[in-house]
Amino acid sequence: MLKILKYSFYDLMRSRWSYVYFLFYLMLGFVLLFLNNDVSKAVITLMNIIIVLVPLIGTIFGIMYCYNSKEFTELLLAQPIPRRSIFLGQYLGVASSLTFSLIFGLGIPFVLYGLFMSDAIFDFSLLLVTGAFLTLIFTALAFNIAISNENRIMGFGYAVLLWLFMAVIYDGLFLISLVIFEEYPLDNFSIAATLLNPVDLSRTLILLKLDISALLGYTGAVFKQFFGTNAGLVISAVMLLLWTIFPVWRMVYVAKRKDF
Amino acid sequence: MKSVLLIFLFFLLPSGWTQVAGQVEVCPDCAVSTIKKGIEKAGVGDTVLIRKGTYLEYNIAVEKPLTLLGEPGAVIDGQDKGEILRILADSVTVDGIEIRNVGTSYTTDWAAIRVVKSEYYRIEHVTLKNLFFGIYLERSDNGKVLNNTIIGDAKDEYNSGNGIQLWYSKHVEVRGNHVQGVRDGIYLEFADEVVIADNVSTKNLRYGLHFMFSNNDRYTGNTFENNGAGVAVMFSRNISMTGNTFRKNWGSAAFGLLLKEINDAEIRGNTFEENTVGINIDGSNRVVYTDNHFIKNGWAVKVLGACYTNSFRNNNFLYNSFDISYNSKMNDNVFDGNYWSEYTGYDLDKDGIGDVPYRPVKLFSYIVNRTPETIILLRSLFMDIIDFSEKVSPIFTPDNLVDANPIMKRRQ
Repeated sequence: MLKILKYSFYDLMRSRWSYVYFLFYLMLGFVLLFLNNDVSKAVITLMNIIIVLVPLIGTIFGIMYCYNSKEFTELLLAQPIPRRSIFLGQYLGVASSLTFSLIFGLGIPFVLYGLFMSDAIFDFSLLLVTGAFLTLIFTALAFNIAISNENRIMGFGYAVLLWLFMAVIYDGLFLISLVIFEEYPLDNFSIAATLLNPVDLSRTLILLKLDISALLGYTGAVFKQFFGTNAGLVISAVMLLLWTIFPVWRMVYVAKRKDF
Repeated sequence: MKSVLLIFLFFLLPSGWTQVAGQVEVCPDCAVSTIKKGIEKAGVGDTVLIRKGTYLEYNIAVEKPLTLLGEPGAVIDGQDKGEILRILADSVTVDGIEIRNVGTSYTTDWAAIRVVKSEYYRIEHVTLKNLFFGIYLERSDNGKVLNNTIIGDAKDEYNSGNGIQLWYSKHVEVRGNHVQGVRDGIYLEFADEVVIADNVSTKNLRYGLHFMFSNNDRYTGNTFENNGAGVAVMFSRNISMTGNTFRKNWGSAAFGLLLKEINDAEIRGNTFEENTVGINIDGSNRVVYTDNHFIKNGWAVKVLGACYTNSFRNNNFLYNSFDISYNSKMNDNVFDGNYWSEYTGYDLDKDGIGDVPYRPVKLFSYIVNRTPETIILLRSLFMDIIDFSEKVSPIFTPDNLVDANPIMKRRQ
């Protein structure tokens, strides 16, 4: 498995897209910090971008890689290697190279602009951790879609739809249900609804750490009580982990049984 | 000037000669060892000079015009037993005394210094510590409260008092005071024609400044920072608020300035920075807002209905999460010539005024007003999208609520 991971990883590291992705974050970081020299403010702006872009790129990249390396996968399948290793290796290769680009692309400019001296270091690391989780989650989901759909067009369609659902439609449904049921106590519902979507969960975690939680009023107090405590942080981390592990498990499960 | 002269005179005199005409000296080891006795001995218009030392006294009544002058280190300690100083005569001056440990009572508002039905008083350079009520002006007009320091240690609203309280007192000047750690820093009730200037009111439990039923007042150059809820101006007319700073009133129910049933007020040149809500406006009419700076607030201005004919001109709105929030579709207020940091329009003819009108009310802020829980979707992509579509064609927000002349560069 490690060999395949290494191969996928180096293959991607050499590929143009990884560089583009890396350079994109590098430029984004530099431009943000150039325009507004304040590290902690740049973190807020960055959050908006990470919440939207990381899932999108994870999904598209994951599904593209899957379809493109189909022949290679079939070649590997002919060898005496366990299927588990093949798919896990490929998945980890893609996810880790994306995470690498993200962390270094954003990390370098922020470190150069004095991240270690500012008090935003915790917020920034939280941002990177959630970004890494989002990459892992959405790459795994993309692999699932690719494995379940032989038709590439359908696969791409589902992948984009998945991203659209998680990033936009889910919030729309969330909003509608909040407005419809406004007469009822909605605290627990909104906490649950937030926990169930990794994009919302990441956003809420970062928002509550940044000092705009007072803005959230009563709802914010409820959320802070939940997410601000250690138990809440552990639960959110567990949720993100579950969101990673379950798709990976399903991917391996389906791959093992699939007739290639 | 008179007091300086008196001190000067005193040092010129040989020691031991303590009795000067028009002056009574009080010190712990003197013949006159308590302030009460000193006041008793003093004639009308005399000065009672209080030497350095701690005086364990309370319920001191001043019933004739005189000056109570404290040396540095002159402390009156009330031992939490009751009210300390009660002024019942006109033209009394209290200067330079430190008062500690005012008693707490739930039936009487015990104060460190209470002025009752007197005029032309002057309270200056007084330090109050560990108090219930600080300076309480009761039906007393034409006085001055200058450069005092009030430091309380209030913990709960129900058993704490106000720093400076004016009740039915007109033409009072409150200037250069520092108030912290009490319930309301400065409280006015039925106090007209009052000037409140250059004070610092901070870390108070409830409001930094609180107006009730007080008209024609002016407050200017004050700083209100880190108070429980900010500044509340309620049920008053013709109030002028200029050049004040409202900062860091941050909390789920906090605001920089609350206007409740305020008519014909002027709000000019103030700075609202990092408050949850910059100005919370409720039922206020004909208020003019000009040259204010709203910086990094959650809501810069939150309008809660029944507000007519207000005008916002030449203000700076910088980096607020929401610039304006409305809870109705009706708008009778004017926004003109403001700078909005979120404005994305262009200025083709280079006259410094944006060619596209700016809509300061976002759909999201309208939704949040309706269902507060939805605030959890703050900064989500979905909200940005519907905000954008609302901006293009307003349906829910008042469609005449626009700044037709948004300026391109922020005002200094």
